[in-house]
Amino acid sequence: MKILVAIKRVVDPGVRVRPLADGSGMDIASAKMAMNPFCEIAVEEAIRLKEQGLASEVVVVSIGQQTVQDQLRSALALGADRALHITTESILEPLAIAKVLHALVQKEQPQLVLLGKQSIDGDHNQTGQMLAGLCGYPQGTFVSHIECKGDEVWVTRELDGGLQTLALKLPAVVTTDLRLNQPRYPTMPNIMKARQKPLVVIPLAELGLSLQPRLQTISIDAPKARQQGIKVNSVAELVDKLRQEAKVL
Amino acid sequence: MNTSKKVGALVLVELGASGFSLINLKVMGALARLGEFTSLEVDLLVAGKDCAAAAAMAARVPGIRQVLLADDDRCEHQLPETLAPWLAHLAQDYAYVCVGATTFGKNLLPRIAALMDLQPVTDVVAIESANEFKRPVYAGSALAHLRTEQSIKLLSIRASAFGEVALGESSAEVVAITPPPSQTISRFISQQQVQSERPELTAARVVVSGGRGMQAGENFQLLYQLADKLGAAVGASRAAVDAGFVPNDMQVGQTGKVVAPELYIAVGLSGAVQHLAGMRDSRVVVAINKDADAPIFQAADYGLVADLFEAVPELIELL
Ligand SMILES: Cc1cc2nc3c(=O)[nH]c(=O)nc-3n(C[C@H](O)[C@H](O)[C@H](O)COP(=O)(O)OP(=O)(O)OC[C@H]3O[C@@H](n4cnc5c(N)ncnc54)[C@H](O)[C@@H]3O)c2cc1C
Repeated sequence: MKILVAIKRVVDPGVRVRPLADGSGMDIASAKMAMNPFCEIAVEEAIRLKEQGLASEVVVVSIGQQTVQDQLRSALALGADRALHITTESILEPLAIAKVLHALVQKEQPQLVLLGKQSIDGDHNQTGQMLAGLCGYPQGTFVSHIECKGDEVWVTRELDGGLQTLALKLPAVVTTDLRLNQPRYPTMPNIMKARQKPLVVIPLAELGLSLQPRLQTISIDAPKARQQGIKVNSVAELVDKLRQEAKVL
Repeated sequence: MNTSKKVGALVLVELGASGFSLINLKVMGALARLGEFTSLEVDLLVAGKDCAAAAAMAARVPGIRQVLLADDDRCEHQLPETLAPWLAHLAQDYAYVCVGATTFGKNLLPRIAALMDLQPVTDVVAIESANEFKRPVYAGSALAHLRTEQSIKLLSIRASAFGEVALGESSAEVVAITPPPSQTISRFISQQQVQSERPELTAARVVVSGGRGMQAGENFQLLYQLADKLGAAVGASRAAVDAGFVPNDMQVGQTGKVVAPELYIAVGLSGAVQHLAGMRDSRVVVAINKDADAPIFQAADYGLVADLFEAVPELIELL
């Protein structure tokens, strides 16, 4: 079974980010970057399936500028076999990303496509579902457990009301939630080895897709700031404030 | 108020464990706001199995045109593989298709969108005009103000940002429809539905949340006692869920539920950005934490620096 994993380069989740004062975007030009945490979980799961002998090859793909190769090399260091870099200077919307991935699915014919359930910058939570729709594949979203069973993959999904288990006929698209696994760290020898692994660069234009943006960003603004609060000295004072001042009790 | 020709809006009704979900009334709240910019004619689609009672509830939503009811084996468990191709077809007749930004809506809407070659706007928290919407990005660190010229707008609605409409007494017409046959590529196996006597997290007037500082699952009993005094729902940080103290459906935050109650009481949780993303719009925030420098105090209206194992029992006592 071949697995395709899509990964995204994002601002490191530990960095506090703010919008630029002129509303034109986020102030992230010099921010520390990392692999989207949900994508790390997807890479980890693919590698585990390979270690269990259930997957034959793990291919990772990222779409973006030259710099996304850092994250592709990280994925190779973690154990992916080869990488595809689709180059573009544009920021693509989820639908466009799904179309690019769809083109790659047609080319690579993976049995399983693993993606993070959302990226921590756009927070869209759309791409996996869209890709599954375009491919006509079943989808397992927000997944916290995966089990391969013959020509199916069984997934446990984290829902608002609890957990749901579905059986998906392969090929399938699965998006990862935080509790699927705990990603490993790369080792030094593996980081060295990753440099020798194949990383193929494909200009986006070569895929011949039409990817016009559908949304225009008017501005990116800071949310309304909360009023500065106070510290209370005792539980009794807290209860009093909640009753008399905030009037919520 | 725009008095030009009415445009159609379709609401994909979410069905919960006990039928018609509250979220649908919030989606209607958002449509009421949208109705300030364009005249809407709203249809509600109830697709499921044995869901006639939910459809009857849906019919009591005031001001709608009709309820479309697909009570059919094919709609059981609302699998997107089955529903999306059909809904993508049905949606062609509308200018707006709306659903709650819940795991139900998040699962279904993007698949429909891809089949219609449309880019949805998800997690809408503000409606600025008939085609301008705001949504949070970067865990709520910023709001993106977006415009779309797409002829059909697919929107998912954040419940925390809109008021709910009240059900009326009169009933709109319920029209039965039948989904077309589809191939089965996914099968439902099982569902562990969480049952709780307490109010639903996203609908509660008061929410009490615990973090890693709770130390163990048993200690959440303290928060349940507090919650029962307040008629509150109980939530948790990711760390508390990851540690196995409580189930996943209690997680509040960027990747969990988003709540905006009248009162949010954060107990033994530090207030990471990812957690704030799920509760920053609460009206009054209380933080109880033994570390005076915990970031949660910056988001709190009332902060109490104390050991939770002393403060919470005392609070229960005083209420
Ligand atoms: C991609 C991603 C998504 C995430 N999504 C979410 C999300 O949706 N929701 C979420 O919550 N987190 C999320 N997180 C995790 C988040 O970054 C934090 O790690 C998490 O919120 C920390 O949980 P906590 O505050 O309970 O734990 P900690 O940060 O460990 O805080 C525990 C707090 O308890 C206090 N404490 C300890 N003992 C006591 C005591 N006896 N009395 C009083 N106070 C005490 C401590 O002072 C401390 O402030 C996400 C992270 C990532 C990377």
